[in-house]
Parts: sequence; structure tokens; C-alpha cells
Amino acid sequence: MAECGRVDSSTSRHTMDKSITLPPDEIFRNLENAKRFAIDIGGSLTKLAYYSTVQHKVAKVRSFDHTAKAASDKLYEISVQEEVTARLHFIKFENAYIETCLDFIKDHLVNTETKVIKATGGGAHKFKELIEKKLGLKVDKEDEMTCLIKGCNFVLRNIPHEAFVYAKHADSEFRFQTTHPDIFPYLLVNIGSGVSIVKVESEDKFERIGGSSIGGGTFWGLGALLTKTKRFDELLQLASKGQHTSVDMLVKDIYGGSYGSLGLTGDLIASSFGKSATAEKEFSKEDMAKSLLHMISNDIGQLACLYAKLHNLSRVYFGGFFIRGHPVTMHTITYSINFFTKGEVQALFLRHEGYLGAIGAFLKGAEEDNPNQYSWGENYAGSSGLMSVSPDMNPMQRARSGTFDMLEMDRLERQLVNLPLLQDPSSYIPDTVDLTEDALAREYWLYCFEEALDGVVKRAVASQPDMPEAAERAEKFRQKYRHKLQTLRHQPFAYGSLTVRSLLDTREHCLNEFNFPDPYSKIKQRENDVALRYYQKAVKSLEKLSWEERQFALVRGVLAVELKHFYLCALFFVDNSGVDIILGVMPFVRELLSRGTEVVLASNSGPALNDVTNGELQILTEKIAAMDSVIQAGLKEDRLTLVQSGSSSPCLDLSRLDKVLATVVRERKTDLVIIEGMGRAIHTNYYAMLSCESLKMAVIKNSWLADRLGGKLFSVVFKYEVPAGRPSLDSTALTPS
Amino acid sequence: MAFNGHQRDDDIIDEDETPTKQPRSSKEMPGLCRNEPNNEAAAPAGRATTDRRTSNSTARHRKDSLKKSRPPFPWFGMDIGGTLVKLVYFEPKDITAEEEQEEVENLKSIRRYLTSNTAYGKTGIRDVHLELQDLTLCGRTGNLHFIRFPTHDLPAFLQMGRNKHFSSLHTTLCATGGGAYKFESDFRTMADLELHKLDELDCLIRGVLYIDSVVSSGPSECYYFENPTDPDRCVQRPYTLENPYPLLLVNIGSGVSILAVYSENNYKRVTGTSLGGGTFLGLCCLLTGCSTFEEALEMASQGESTRVDKLVRDIYGGDYERFGLPGWAVASSFGNMMSKEKRESVSKEDLARATLVTITNNIGSITRMCALNENIERVVFVGNFLRVNTLSMKLLAYAMDYWSKGQLKALFLQHEGYFGAVGALLELLHPS
Repeated sequence: MAECGRVDSSTSRHTMDKSITLPPDEIFRNLENAKRFAIDIGGSLTKLAYYSTVQHKVAKVRSFDHTAKAASDKLYEISVQEEVTARLHFIKFENAYIETCLDFIKDHLVNTETKVIKATGGGAHKFKELIEKKLGLKVDKEDEMTCLIKGCNFVLRNIPHEAFVYAKHADSEFRFQTTHPDIFPYLLVNIGSGVSIVKVESEDKFERIGGSSIGGGTFWGLGALLTKTKRFDELLQLASKGQHTSVDMLVKDIYGGSYGSLGLTGDLIASSFGKSATAEKEFSKEDMAKSLLHMISNDIGQLACLYAKLHNLSRVYFGGFFIRGHPVTMHTITYSINFFTKGEVQALFLRHEGYLGAIGAFLKGAEEDNPNQYSWGENYAGSSGLMSVSPDMNPMQRARSGTFDMLEMDRLERQLVNLPLLQDPSSYIPDTVDLTEDALAREYWLYCFEEALDGVVKRAVASQPDMPEAAERAEKFRQKYRHKLQTLRHQPFAYGSLTVRSLLDTREHCLNEFNFPDPYSKIKQRENDVALRYYQKAVKSLEKLSWEERQFALVRGVLAVELKHFYLCALFFVDNSGVDIILGVMPFVRELLSRGTEVVLASNSGPALNDVTNGELQILTEKIAAMDSVIQAGLKEDRLTLVQSGSSSPCLDLSRLDKVLATVVRERKTDLVIIEGMGRAIHTNYYAMLSCESLKMAVIKNSWLADRLGGKLFSVVFKYEVPAGRPSLDSTALTPS
Repeated sequence: MAFNGHQRDDDIIDEDETPTKQPRSSKEMPGLCRNEPNNEAAAPAGRATTDRRTSNSTARHRKDSLKKSRPPFPWFGMDIGGTLVKLVYFEPKDITAEEEQEEVENLKSIRRYLTSNTAYGKTGIRDVHLELQDLTLCGRTGNLHFIRFPTHDLPAFLQMGRNKHFSSLHTTLCATGGGAYKFESDFRTMADLELHKLDELDCLIRGVLYIDSVVSSGPSECYYFENPTDPDRCVQRPYTLENPYPLLLVNIGSGVSILAVYSENNYKRVTGTSLGGGTFLGLCCLLTGCSTFEEALEMASQGESTRVDKLVRDIYGGDYERFGLPGWAVASSFGNMMSKEKRESVSKEDLARATLVTITNNIGSITRMCALNENIERVVFVGNFLRVNTLSMKLLAYAMDYWSKGQLKALFLQHEGYFGAVGALLELLHPS
């Protein structure tokens, strides 16, 4: 059934606790700019969605006016500007707080353009009047299933690691899936009070192909009758402690063992509740609850498999209040799917499953803003992440009351797409080490990031010498990031697979949150300046280069063999500012250009550590062009192109790149990809398989990692790869004209 | 199974058959009785028969080969399920005076006990209405009796077998169902009986095909419900299962097995579900305190499931048109029971009814999906869950028809739960 856990008022009505005070810094952020509200009221939880604009500081670089050049000895001008970006806020709280929350919103809402609030969920009509009265907004009801599907499409498309398989006994309970570039078709099995099975074929095309009346409501209702336990969570608790074998009739109870010829093992349930057909015996609440849970989960799993088979679908997502992060039900559903499909279909769950309805309702209301034309990114600083509701793991979180769960998504400036040169986009995993699974590596890196925190705070403060409150903000940053690290220590799966990249990105998000947009801007400026002075000398004599730069000369040496081949176009993902880009990359670019190869330099759209940004690189390239005719000609003839990667991360996700970059790469028939630096070539993409020749190179600046890779600190890694089954181009076949 | 084809020949041969006068003591008979010419009381002497066989006509030849393959009486087929033991017993009615004279006392006593009673002990029951009379099996004419008792009373049954010295008859006891495996050693130790164990699905299919083929007089074995979606006009009608294949066979016992049958010997188990008759009874016992299937059904017949279940109209006020769901459809089984007030206002009868409806509809929807996946349009429902359970049968008929828009036909068989036992008996007479 489509219904998402609408529950009778009696089961969910708690006292309206008006005394709670809401921490405004933490939840309902940016309300003053909020517009377009949507609300999804379920059986026990309310999900509120709104769109707002966030003002934060960004560092911009600008070339000094040539006429005013004398005014400064600086290479370029750095200015901190206010930038307005769009953000989606989603907040989840218990229905008991709905009145308090509505009051709070009313008090803080400034925007008067908002007239309508989109609403969905079974409880929407129940609270309709309250919402209209409190907020003065007209409640506009949207179809639940439509919202659910819209929301599901949105998270699948925009949040990497949204979907996961659940493995109770594995080292990491949650195994996140790489999002297939084409998310369709898929099956969504929504287990509310009943079950709806929906086949989704495209953004707008979906069909309820079936369902079942045996769902969450059956577990709850029948469970309450059998065990006199009223709350759903308590019933799950009971079930997790029970033994179903005392209630269920197993194959071995009938056969004495297995039913060999059919391959049915003795432990299989032959008849649910088959042993309770007696008036003589008493059964424990726990055992009955467990038996009931198995019965319902198996039944749903079986139906889901039958539908998946009939419609030939292999991606099956499960949601609804029956699932909603409960390890117990995720486990039994997974078990059932594995049993019935013999592993052919995996049960998939979603990190933001609880938000789907609210996201969908919001999107329905925001259609004129075309939110689906943009790419969105999960803001790690503002999002709570996936909480473990495992009773053993985190008893504190069991008591949900008072907790507000949040999801924030930033609208990205650019639409992100796959690099067209990925060999198999559906199996591409950017990250080299999954810290969720590798406990040793996790320990190490979490420790590293905690150790480095002092330094980051210092640098952040130093980057804003003119701002007296910078120290205070930096301190807040420290607390926030430290808290994130602590959360990740306990729940590494909170934001999908934990990786060095996600740790770095989280740090960037937190820095941005406290208005430290680019702590390295001045350092980069200085280093660029110094390096630029050496450029001409360097080009003239590579011999005189320092050790690190010589590596790039070595690269050229390595490539010299290969560069007998002619490349049409090389895509170069660059790394650091300063010496690296100016004395390392540029001479190499020059070399390529002079061989007739076109070059596309991809740099970050936004700042991250000391990585060169696209803005900086524009200026630097101009400066170099002024000194170097090869570069100048390249620019002029459009054989050297600078593009943004679309990223603001020290790492690189080749499945989320600026659409323009992808277009350029395709148009220029790019046949060589060079990825440079620890973040981009080691922490990520070390194992990335490309459909053209590629070179990954970095200096290992971390001894632990050097050990892991079996090398020494400051070893240089060159990884030259030719796609399997494709011989490198025959030099005689193609020669530069 | 070539059995049906031989039927007529057997009849012809039987007409001129005279039992021989050479009794064989059971002691002389080796264990492989089915390969030896013998029968209940007066098997023809092996050597004499052999002599005759070599010299006589084709008809005679056939008769002898038939005798040769005929096992000694008594003829039983047994299906030991999770909840019930089903027993079919062939009572020969063509016993001659001589035969009767030589019949051992034990055998007589067993026959008399089974045929003169309709109830055995506290829980054993003979389903008299299912009895098949004047049936010719393996050259003998007689009545086929259908007896059942709860599996938990198997020890009492074994004790009886011991008291009646069943083992002295040296018969082969063909048994199927899980209990044939589980209780094999009990049969041996408690009653000195060796079981010939048979696969339950093989037996089930063999039994269904056989019974359907032999029942010609009286109420048709196979039937369906006409106008299943209109309660006022819904009537039971006979159905001729002439070309049965392909066929979806749904056996609802304690649990459920769903088989796709393409020919006599070609079938597969498509799937099964643990939500079966055992679940209905088990949940009813917990929810209402009842203790028998009959009690549970009786309660269910008086209850109202819509007080327990949450319907589509309870949520949407009517039909959920967006998805073509009618308002009367159950949205959430037991969904109303999430509310404390409603839990307090429902009766045991309502709960029993809701349990029945939930289990039945679920079997219906899994069956429907299997029929679609296997591309089969005819579904035969069997198993003891359907015994005296018109409510479920009509629900299944309704569900098949409604949700398939008339594409699927639900068929039922009079001998609901006995096919496995019949199949076991057939295996005794005609080893495959």
C-alpha cells in the first residue's frame, strides 16, 4: 500500500512538549531566507523541507589591472566576497514537537512571498489546520507515492553512496554502492503499514505494479495483539531478543532433518507459527515477535523477488517505516531476498530513506526552479548522517525524543557528470581504501586528521588576520570537525563509505561553514609568485630544478618512450599551486603542445587546501603565456584549454565532474589522462580504469601510506596504464603533421 | 505414470481370474514382496504360476504379470505431514470365500476396524464422504477409504499397529511427507515396521492425476466457482480437467508448496511459503484461545475482518484511483490493531476471520505471481487447509479472478488433502 505509516493518533500521540527549546544555530538554519516549504508527516516522524539561500564568504582572485600594476608587488588580488548559494534543508523530528517547531518557524520566518506549503504523508491532513493556522500558509497536498519516487530519484542521482546493502555479520554492516550512472529502472518496495511495490522507469514514469497487505502495520498490529507491547520500536526490540524456532514449525520439525531433494535445509521455516497451534503451551513475547518478524519479512522479500523477476529488475530498494534504519528489519529482509533469489538480487537500502517523501513534496513545489537541472551535494557539515539505531551500538540514540536529524544539500554551480573516459562508469569507485571496511586504516586516518586539527585551526586564524572574531570561529570549526571525527569513529558509515576523501571534504565543508573559505589563499599567492619567477629559467634548464620538480622531468623521461606516440589531446588534472603547477606541470604542458598534442588543464572550481583553483590558474597561465610563446600560441589557437573540474575537494571523483569538462574531453577526442597528486591519484583513482591511456603520478608524502604501498616516504609513484585489450597506438600509424 | 491406460485391461482380466488354492505362509515370503507373486491371503504359488505363464495365452500372461506385481494386502498409502497424518486404505470387496478363509486374522481385524468405524481413538477420523467405491486397483475391486489423524498422535497409531501385530503381515508401508523421514525409526522400533519412503511432491502429483482420472460418478472431483466476484451468484460448478497441463498446483498444508506441472513426470517446485494452514491455526490459537482447526474456522465464519484490517478506504476515504486500488481492498492486514481502542473493540471471531483472510489472500497473491512468472493460467488448490473451508476457497477464487482480470482460474479438488497418501498407495501398487 502506498500509505507510509499513518498511524492512529492514539499510538503516536505523545504529550505536546512545548517546553523544549530549539537550538537555532543547529536546526532550522537559515530560516530567514527560507522559502518553498514542504512537510511530510508520517506515523511518528515529521519531515520538514525548505529551500534557502546561504551567504558565505568566498575567496576570489583577480588579476591586477595592468595600469595599476605598480600599486602592488603581489601577483594577483585576493578578495573575500560574499556569495549566495542555494541550499536545501531537511529536518526530521518527532510528531510530538510539531507545534513547537511550527511556532519556531513562524517566529523566524521573514520571507513573506511564501504562500503555500506542500504536504504529504498520512498525517498531513491531521495537522492541516494546525499548519495553516500557525504558519498562515495554505497546505497543498501531494500524492505520497509520487513524492516518494521523486525523492528517491533525487537522492539516487545526487548523493553518491546513497544506497547500501546491509550485512549484519560483516566487518562493516553497511556496504555502500556506487551509484550507477543510469539510476533507472528500479523497484521500490515501500513497507509502510502495507506494502507497495513500484517500478520506476524514468524521472516521470512509474507504476505501482503490486503490493501486499502484510506489512509494517501487520507486524505492529498483530504484534501488539500477541505481545501486549504497544510501540513499534519495542516490538522490534522484543523480536531481536527472541527465538523463532519455538513458535515456527521448521523443515526439520517435519522431516527430522533437511528435505534434501528440494534443497530445503532443516532450519527453514516450513510453517510460521506452526508450533503455536496448541492451547496448552505458553510462548514468550520475544519468541512470538521474532516469529512474526520473520514471517512478514520473508513474505515481503518473496513478493519483491517475484515482482523483480516478472519485470526483470535487479535493483530493488526497500523503504518505509518498517525499514527506516532498523538493523533488525534490514537484516531479515536481506536474508529473505538472498534466500529467494539465491543472491541474484540484492536488497538495497537508502541512507536518506526517511526524507524521500519530504524531498519529493519539496521538489513538486519547486518545479519552477528546476531543481533537477542542477547537481546537488550533501553538505557534511550540516547533515547528521546515518545514525545507527542498533540498540547495542548506541543506546543514546534509541531514545529518539529530542533528537533532530538533518540533511542539507548545496546546489552546485555546475551540473556534474561522468568522465566520458571511464572504462565502466557503473563499477568505478573513486576511493582507493574504504575506511568503513578497513578498520586499521580507519584508525590511522582518523588519528591523523585529529592530530592535524590544531594546525588547520591555526592556519584558518592566520588566513584572516584582519578579523578579530576569526579565532572564535576557528574554535567553533574545531569543535564541529572534532565532533564529526568522533561520530565517524563510532559510525564510520554515517556519510556513506568513510574515505580519506570524505574526511578531507568534511573538513572543507566545516571550514566553509565557519567562513574560512580558503585558508591557503595567501600562501598559494606567495608560492605562485615565487615559482613564476623561476619559470623561464626552469624551462631553459630543467637540470637546475630542485628535487621535487625533477620528478616531473623524470615523468617526461618515462613518457618519452611513450610519447613517441602521438596523442590528440591530453587531459591533465592538476594539483597544487606554486612550484608544482608552474614549474612542474607547465613545462610539461609546453612539451605536449609543442608535439602537437592539445591540452586540457582541469583544476578545482573551488578552493581546497593549497590546490590551484581554476581562478588562480587562469591568471597564472596568462602570466606564463606572457613569458612563453608556446603557451601563448596554445591559448590563442585554443589548443590549451583551462576547465573547471566542478569540484572543491583535494581528491577527485571522476563520476562527478563538470559537464563542460566532459564535453570538451569528448570534443577533443582526448586520448591521454594525467592525474597528479596524492589526493587525486593515490587516495582516489589509484585503481580507476580508463578507456584511454593514463598516467597517475604523485609523491607519497605520508609514511604510513608509503608503508602500505610497500615503498618509502617521498617515493614517487608513476602509474602508466594502457586499457586492457587495447594496444597503445602504433607510432607509425599516426604521426604529427 | 502409465497406470490409467492399463485400467481397462485389468478389468477384463479380472473377470476370469480365480484365486489359486495354494496358500503361502507369510514366513515364506521374502521381503521383496512386490516382486513376488503373492497377495493378501492366497497368493498363487510362484512356480506353478511361472509354468502357466510360459504356456498360456497373452491374456493369461498379462494376468499373471499383474499378479506378480501385486503386493500383498493390506494396501495402505500414508502421508505424514507437519500437522496431519493422511492414510488411504484400500478395502478389497472381491474377496472370495476361499480367500477369506485363508486370510490371516490380523488382516481381517484391521479391515474390520477401519471399515466399521468412522472415528478412531480421540482424533482419528474417516472422511466417509470422500470414500471411493467400486474402484479397481491392480486387478482388485474395492473401496478406497480416507482417514486422517493429527501427527502428534502418531505414537498412539504406532502403538495400535503394534497391538494389532501389523508387522506380522509383512506388508510394505509406503509413506510420504516429512514424517516418513522423521518417524522412520519410530516405525521400526515401536511397531517393527519398515517404511518405504517416498517424495511428497512426486506422490502429490501422482495422486492428483489418478484421483481425477478415476472419479467419474458422483460429484465431480474437480470444481470451480462460477461468478467468483459476485457473492450472490457465486456457485460451485464441476470442472473437467481433461488436458490438465500446464498446471499450477498449490498444496496448502501446514506450509504451502507451489508446483508447476507440465506433464505427469515433468514438474518443478516453483516456490513455497511458510504462511499456510499451520500459520492460520497457530495464530488463531494464540489470538483466540481456540485449539482446533474446526473451532478456528467456526469462529472465522462469524467474524468480520474489516474491523481488524485497515482497508484502502480507511486511508483514502474511497478508492486509491491513482493506482487502481478499490476502497474495499485490504491495505494493511491487522492494520487497525495498531490502535489501542480498536484492539479493545474487536472480537475473537473478528480476529479469526482476519487471520483466515490474511493467510488466504497472501497465498492468493503469491500464487498469482507464480502463475504470471510461469505463464500458467490454471491453478489447482489442494491441501487440508481447504477442508470444510469454503470461505478460503471462495476468497481464492475471487482473488485469482479479480486481480488477473479473469485470466486465472482457481480449481479445487474434492479429496483436498489426501493426494499425497494416494500417491504413496499407487507407488506400492505400481512402483515407478
